[in-house]
Amino acid sequence: MTLEGWTLILAFIALVAAIARPLGLYLDAVFAGRRTLLSLVLRPVENTFYRLAGVKADVEQDWKAYALAVLLFSFICTLALYALLRLQGALPLNPQAFGAVAPNVAMNTAVSFVTNTNWQAYAGESTMSHLTQMLGLTVQNFLSAAVGIAVAIAFARGFARRGAATIGNFWVDMTRATLYVLLPISTILAIAFIALGMPQTLAGSLQATTLEGAHQDIAIGPVASQIAIKMLGTNGGGFFNANAAHPFENMGPIVNLIQMLSIFAIGAGLTITFGRMVGDERQGWALLAAMGVLFLFGTGVAYWAEAQATPALIQAGVDPSTMNMEGKETRFGIAASALFAAVTTAASCGAVNAMHDSFSALGGMVPLTNILAGEVIVGGVGAGLYGILVFAILTIFVAGLMVGRTPAYLGKKIEARDVKLAVLAILASPLAILIGTALAAGTDLGRAGVQDPGPHGFTEMLYAFASAAGNNGSAFGGLTATSDFYTYAQAAAMLIGRFLVIVPALAIAGNLAAKPVTPASSGSFPTTGLLFIGLLAFIIVIVGALTFFPALALGPLAEATAGRLF
Amino acid sequence: MLQTLRPAFILFALITFLTGIAYPLALTAIGQTFFQNPADGSPIVRDGRVVGSELIGQSFTRADYFWGRPSAAGSGYDARASSGSNLGPTAQALADRVRTEAERFGVAARDIPVDLLTTSGSGLDPHISPAAAHFQAQRIADARHIPVETVRRLIEANIERPVAGILGEARVNVLELNLTLDGLPAHEGAS
Repeated sequence: MTLEGWTLILAFIALVAAIARPLGLYLDAVFAGRRTLLSLVLRPVENTFYRLAGVKADVEQDWKAYALAVLLFSFICTLALYALLRLQGALPLNPQAFGAVAPNVAMNTAVSFVTNTNWQAYAGESTMSHLTQMLGLTVQNFLSAAVGIAVAIAFARGFARRGAATIGNFWVDMTRATLYVLLPISTILAIAFIALGMPQTLAGSLQATTLEGAHQDIAIGPVASQIAIKMLGTNGGGFFNANAAHPFENMGPIVNLIQMLSIFAIGAGLTITFGRMVGDERQGWALLAAMGVLFLFGTGVAYWAEAQATPALIQAGVDPSTMNMEGKETRFGIAASALFAAVTTAASCGAVNAMHDSFSALGGMVPLTNILAGEVIVGGVGAGLYGILVFAILTIFVAGLMVGRTPAYLGKKIEARDVKLAVLAILASPLAILIGTALAAGTDLGRAGVQDPGPHGFTEMLYAFASAAGNNGSAFGGLTATSDFYTYAQAAAMLIGRFLVIVPALAIAGNLAAKPVTPASSGSFPTTGLLFIGLLAFIIVIVGALTFFPALALGPLAEATAGRLF
Repeated sequence: MLQTLRPAFILFALITFLTGIAYPLALTAIGQTFFQNPADGSPIVRDGRVVGSELIGQSFTRADYFWGRPSAAGSGYDARASSGSNLGPTAQALADRVRTEAERFGVAARDIPVDLLTTSGSGLDPHISPAAAHFQAQRIADARHIPVETVRRLIEANIERPVAGILGEARVNVLELNLTLDGLPAHEGAS
């Protein structure tokens, strides 16, 4: 580990904190329908969209109608993407003449991109036509992110309102997230990326004759437009198989820093938006601080672990004082690779600039545990906010039990129904992860996909289901996930991890919105102080540890302590 | 239900057009107009021929060229099949592969910079560390019959350093370094 490495990590955290507030205030203005800098141009577009779609912008929905709209819209998106993947062979903008994507992979991919997971059971540059990348995958990069943001805003309204029957209008929230937030920022990012070296062309390949006279066929395409929203929307699905380790997706350290910041930007901003919506910005900062504590700890462990040689390298005779460069790019080195791995898994993004499968046992456990923590350390855009608020409800409930007081958060009494729904939302993903991993480890169908023998092979399966249910999308890439078993089981895990959190979250929002607010008294538990921040972080760790310790013991912990190769 | 279906279909269609057609095509137009070389994949042209991309590593095996890192992309630096090895930290297969890689340098693995023994994440890493370049300097000098100081000077001149001291690692672009080798004037080539 070096001073430069730690400076990078701390500077990154400072930059995220600096971005959070201006972006959070902007988001607050957008979703409250106030005028912003872009209203002059975008308001007419927005109104035209509503007119054509028959949306009455000032008519709101109760939580059931809101949830129905989310589900129906996501269903239509899935069908449309599936159709496009199956038909791509007959459609234009296909310079490499790729045929239809196989049915099970197409279904897996459609679910994956609509749930903001972007798990990829295919290699982009040898499977997807340019039309599919643009019209299918890029579109879902926008829409799945917009849906997540919309749900988070609706959830926050549950706390902000009193005696209300509605929590907003999904069509309005989703449209605004796309038009005012995702599209303009992605455009700026994409232009910057092109200027810094990222391809953006409709050509299919760059043909070269190397210095040694060999022919090199270099895959290119409309990369920048997709990578911008891939990061900003915490989608993470790469244009190329190697994702952000590919030099065309991530050319150098400056682009790498911009990409890491874009992954965290909206998730961090939304915590401030939440604070503003409930009338006390410090409430948002408290959530962000709890996220920051967990993030810094994980990043530190990953950096420390990767800055050492692994058992395989040492056995092969390399200098034991060297670092684990297997699966890492020279231009990023150890610190920026470990930091990126922590960012992309804390935030449910899933882009990778180094291969997590080749991380050391403990270094690889950090991205895994970030996902297992429930994708609430900043989390996916929107998903992170409603995710951590569900944990906040549980924290308040536990705190209330300890002192024997009726729990209340932001003046809203937390009652049996809220806690039940919160627990359902918290336990849905772990169930999918543990059952999925058990099925994989217990059957030939599952074990057939594993690359590495020993405990590392178990971790490959555990990581796959964690990634799917956490809607992350990164992988221990040695696993071959194209079989029927993995494509369908993973799709089920992705759907559970997305919608069995969204629906209970919206139900809680509806429930809370209807409640009155009791003014804070000397008896209320302050939710902006260090005690609350610490307790919230503690509850997240405890729930994760109780749920997953046995699985971690069989995988990364067994590998770290094995003292031999497999 | 019907009042949910109409906005669902129409907003899906409108946003698909906006983000799936208008947005990528507008960016392609901007890229091709203002940043043509990067937008086309940063090709390097020598004598009217594309010899590679500045950003994409290529395979070097000749003794008079610097070698890049081992590659897990296809059969090596296949720019249509980017990939890491994904071998785990306790994989015997990884230890065996590293040992084989070390053999081609003819010295103990312990003395070889680790980036020359490990595959990158993409399999297309265009860079090696300055240490890995200097490690190969003597071989290049011998193969080209030039003083090793000349080679070392070229390496030093080609090092890209971290931005602001913290962003990125010091590195050398292998293709560009080899192009400078090929571009050495004849009188410097004679030793």
